[in-house]
Amino acid sequence: MATLTLNQIRKTFGKTEVIHGVDIDVKDGEFIVIVGPSGCGKSTLLRMVAGLETVTSGEILIDGRRVNEEEPMDRDIAMVFQNYALYPHMTVFDNMAYGLKIAKTPKSEIEDRVATAAKMLQLDPYLARKPRELSGGQRQRVAMGRAIVRKPSLFLFDEPLSNLDAKLRVQMRLEIKDLQKQLGITSLYVTHDQVEAMTLADRMIVMNGGVADQIGAPLEVYENPATEFVAGFIGSPATNFLPASLFSPRDARIKTIGIRPEHATLTAAGSGRLAAKILFTEALGAETLLHLRLETGESFTIRQDGTAPVPAEGTACGIDWPDSRELDFDEAGKRL
Amino acid sequence: MEKRVTFKGWLLPMLLLLPQVFITAAFFFYPAGQAIYQSLFIPDPFGLSMQYVGLGNFEYLAKDPYYRASFVTTAVFSGLVTLVSMGMALYLAVLADRLIKGSGTYRTLLIWPYAVAPAVAGVLWMFMFNTRVGVISWYLGLLGYDWNHVLNETEAMGLVVVASSWGRVSYNFLFFLAGLQAIPRSVIEAAAIDGARFWTRFRTIVFPLLSPTTFFLLVVNIVYAFFETFGVIHTITSGGPQQATTILVYKVYKDGFVGQDLGSSAAQSVVLLLVVGLLTVIQFKYIERRVHY
Repeated sequence: MATLTLNQIRKTFGKTEVIHGVDIDVKDGEFIVIVGPSGCGKSTLLRMVAGLETVTSGEILIDGRRVNEEEPMDRDIAMVFQNYALYPHMTVFDNMAYGLKIAKTPKSEIEDRVATAAKMLQLDPYLARKPRELSGGQRQRVAMGRAIVRKPSLFLFDEPLSNLDAKLRVQMRLEIKDLQKQLGITSLYVTHDQVEAMTLADRMIVMNGGVADQIGAPLEVYENPATEFVAGFIGSPATNFLPASLFSPRDARIKTIGIRPEHATLTAAGSGRLAAKILFTEALGAETLLHLRLETGESFTIRQDGTAPVPAEGTACGIDWPDSRELDFDEAGKRL
Repeated sequence: MEKRVTFKGWLLPMLLLLPQVFITAAFFFYPAGQAIYQSLFIPDPFGLSMQYVGLGNFEYLAKDPYYRASFVTTAVFSGLVTLVSMGMALYLAVLADRLIKGSGTYRTLLIWPYAVAPAVAGVLWMFMFNTRVGVISWYLGLLGYDWNHVLNETEAMGLVVVASSWGRVSYNFLFFLAGLQAIPRSVIEAAAIDGARFWTRFRTIVFPLLSPTTFFLLVVNIVYAFFETFGVIHTITSGGPQQATTILVYKVYKDGFVGQDLGSSAAQSVVLLLVVGLLTVIQFKYIERRVHY
């Protein structure tokens, strides 16, 4: 149980600054997901919290205690790595017990804790096996087990699901969420997958180029993106962006307008705000994606219900959306 | 499926194999056959005739106390060379692996000694420790230590061990460094988070994961100590003082080419061949089981 505070964290490699002052306040027991494209600094940030990278400037506080100079082992954290980082020459049991053995935990307690964790993760039949004899999902569980048995005050996850296939990823995602709820341990989770971020997070941090663009609850971020980047990164299919010059904007500062695919509706040709032509359609069952090309050349995507009639490709049509759904951004990409 | 090159006829593959087969036959099978053949005879002092003695040469060896002493010397020598060269190399590799700045320079410099031929290395060390003009023996003299490997058996052994290990450290270093770099960083980081400090990590994670490399080097270094150290011993001590550094391979040379006892020399090389073969089999059978691949 712990809180985590990042205070104006900066990181430079050589002469390049990769993280430009990040502030985060994580409450006790909260599940925070850091999401962003590759190279945005999210993993570096996590590694700094773990103590695997030095902090160039700023402060990291775990439970109010400054840990900048502390070794990883003294920070009372546990980390799950992308490639699992299991000890290949040890059995599942030894992998999970390793940290406890080093901490000189009594043998009976080690066995107890490993057994409990193994049960939780359905690993009990595999305790005597070596990692290479396990499937990807089982290895992932062992990595989680190794983190759990130590009862840390902070969990760190570095893209733990990105090496799994799509089906297993969904399943493990639910298990992680469930586990974190049960244990109530403050968690910091890094991913580039926005679906993972949306489903797991109590609050999410969207990072872009070494800056935290927005911090907030998933739905709040989705509904109210703070920047053009966030609007484009969160949500699939991505938000449609149109130059404000296509309209007569209500504010001169508006440079770009964003409309989410599900907020736009198809209208008859000649009506609506914009004229367009259906380029092609993708019927996904529950929903249908309509890919359109505007008269002015921009592409536009509309997401409609799977039961709505699908227009033929090549049909001329119009696009409309309610004013309230319009996302307005200025030149710097800031929301207005 | 494994992709294999297939040939239509047999002529081209045979032709391609021929050079290697020829080299192996000319420089390995033929001399080995000659050694086995000669080990069954005693030639006369002028080399004009040979007399068949069956296993007489071997029986004679078995009773020879000098030969038995040479076995002990070889065991001590190769054990020490392997230990010193591998230990030193592992130590340097662990340090070089941790380097961030200038690691390229360190690595290059550490690899250089390997390029020095054993006989040349032997001469270098001999000069440094020469009882009259050697730099190191002179400094040792200043410190009140009277170095004389020409007379002192322990010092002679120490010197040939160091000289033989020196160039070998580079070779072992390369393999250890490659082995260390093949260990995923995240595994080491996971251990660090799990609370293992440097030495614990080394003992419980790094060293076990290095075991394939260590095992390979163990085999290679013992074979090296048995055979390729001839040049070093020949230049520094010539097997002396009092046979203290006469390892098996040196005795083969001494008895055969200096003592002109070709029958015994041939018998000794046959024994040597069997010993090394046996050692390698034992290593693969028993040590390899403990290796985690």
